[in-house]
Amino acid sequence: MSQSVNSADIHKAIVQEQAVQDRKKLILNGVLLLILLAAPLMIYPVFLMKILCFALFAVAFNLLFGFTGLLSFGHAAFLATGGYTTGYLLSNYSGLTTEMGIIAGTLAATLLGTGFALLSIRRQGIYFAMVTLALAQLVFFFFVQSGFTGGEDGMHGIPRGELLGFINLENNMNMYYFVLTVFIVCYLLVQRVVSSPFGQVLKAIKQNEPRAVSLGYNVDRYKVLAFVISAALAGLAGSMKSVVFQLASLNDAHWHMSGEVILMTLVGGMGTLLGPVVGATFVVNIEYQLSQGALRDWVDPILGGIFVLTVLAFRSGIVGEVQKFVKKNMG
Amino acid sequence: MSEQYVLETRNLVKEFKGFVAVDDVNLKVQKGHIHALIGPNGAGKTTVFNLLTKFLIPTRGQILFKGQDITTLKSAAIARQGIVRSFQISAVFPHMTALENIRVALQTFEGTSFSFWKSGNSLHKLNQRCMELLDAVGLAEFANTTTVELAYGRKRALELATTLAMEPELLLLDEPTQGMGSEDVDRVVELVRKAAEGRTVLMVEHNLSVVSKLCDRITVLAQGAVLTEGDYAAVSADPKVREVYMGSDGSGERGTTADSEQSEAAQ
Repeated sequence: MSQSVNSADIHKAIVQEQAVQDRKKLILNGVLLLILLAAPLMIYPVFLMKILCFALFAVAFNLLFGFTGLLSFGHAAFLATGGYTTGYLLSNYSGLTTEMGIIAGTLAATLLGTGFALLSIRRQGIYFAMVTLALAQLVFFFFVQSGFTGGEDGMHGIPRGELLGFINLENNMNMYYFVLTVFIVCYLLVQRVVSSPFGQVLKAIKQNEPRAVSLGYNVDRYKVLAFVISAALAGLAGSMKSVVFQLASLNDAHWHMSGEVILMTLVGGMGTLLGPVVGATFVVNIEYQLSQGALRDWVDPILGGIFVLTVLAFRSGIVGEVQKFVKKNMG
Repeated sequence: MSEQYVLETRNLVKEFKGFVAVDDVNLKVQKGHIHALIGPNGAGKTTVFNLLTKFLIPTRGQILFKGQDITTLKSAAIARQGIVRSFQISAVFPHMTALENIRVALQTFEGTSFSFWKSGNSLHKLNQRCMELLDAVGLAEFANTTTVELAYGRKRALELATTLAMEPELLLLDEPTQGMGSEDVDRVVELVRKAAEGRTVLMVEHNLSVVSKLCDRITVLAQGAVLTEGDYAAVSADPKVREVYMGSDGSGERGTTADSEQSEAAQ
């Protein structure tokens, strides 16, 4: 009897601790939000939008890699499909408002993601990565060959148009706050997904798949759903990016891009919510800084070096290492 | 007639490229029994478990659960029908808390496991049941501890509690006392005894004193086939059983040649 009273107390303590954690998270998110709201007053908005698009791409990728344990090496395909679809529609159908083009791009990437998932999900580890890479290469060659993408030249002059038909997105500030809103909604969505009942099952699958099976979970279905959500958000990132830069190019479909998002996620900290955002900011900044200076031909080797260093010495990435440090010194 | 047996296999065979790992096994597990599967290393005990839970696909034969043919069901479906297994190496979710480990099992029956839009707080209503299950295995105070930090014996207790959360009708335990010190072994024996109330248990176990304390019936496997079956007294008195146990240690001539032939065939 005394034991069950005890266990009720323990449970209460757990719930309270959870609430404290939630409050801390809320404060952190609030501070970040203020920074993002004020940022375009000090920094060139187009540069910020580039960071946000890549951050969304990395957040999407991390849902699959960091939280489900599936390493896709084909996420460029979704980024590019979103971008090309949105670009093509907005360039050729002037009746479409911008958000319709973006939604269509996202849907196209979602469909493609469903196809990828159904074809690859039964493979594991390196085989899964290779199947997704092969499929993404097929998509790449499709984009190279088809006329509507402009092939090697890319798709130029995509009109930004008007949001909902009345907000002029040619204005960089308007565009910025639109991108920021989409980013925040997606970030919160991923946060929700990760902590949802579904997210718990993903965690379980990642940590011990045979055990999850023996508890009655049809793990392939959960993986497919995680893959599709991830592909949809990656496609949305691509759609936004094509509107921001008014450009969709083969770079986005190239396997380099699939590698870059892995780099962003690892450097920032895989399996943390904020990690991919920090990682994307870091990588985009480094690329920009280097390309301005004398080291402009050394961007790839330097990024490669950072990648090696991260994998060897800082496995939990920037955010992961900071979390460890805080826990050790303040916990 | 078949109602009396919770689990039945008929002529169960598993072949790996010419090597017969499980050879024509007819197993009958009576309702309410704790049934042990013993035998020397390589006898095919774990393979039988993997066949029963479909982690491996049988080459031939039938598996019946409460008289129903479940041979073609998938692993996850078998678990939901009420056959839940544990693993030889402790199967926990290492980076979740003890409470979360159990909650994942309870969640199977909630029907919200695909609800990626739902708040994680919707799972709090399961917490009380989790605490009861943790309490039952003496882990209540570790509810919020990350599992990787628990001692080995406690991990196994947690695994058992997680398995019990599924309310299985048939519990398959793969060497529950493996790698444990004698104090932990006694605790696990108690836990299994408690867990077996109102259930049927089939367990693989090396520790014969555990088997003698717990089990109502014993099936001895050797080289993939059933050697003999009976209660502990009958089985332990059987000269054939003594022979396979000695033979597998490398002294019996017949056993050694058979072993080396098998390992060649397996390669």
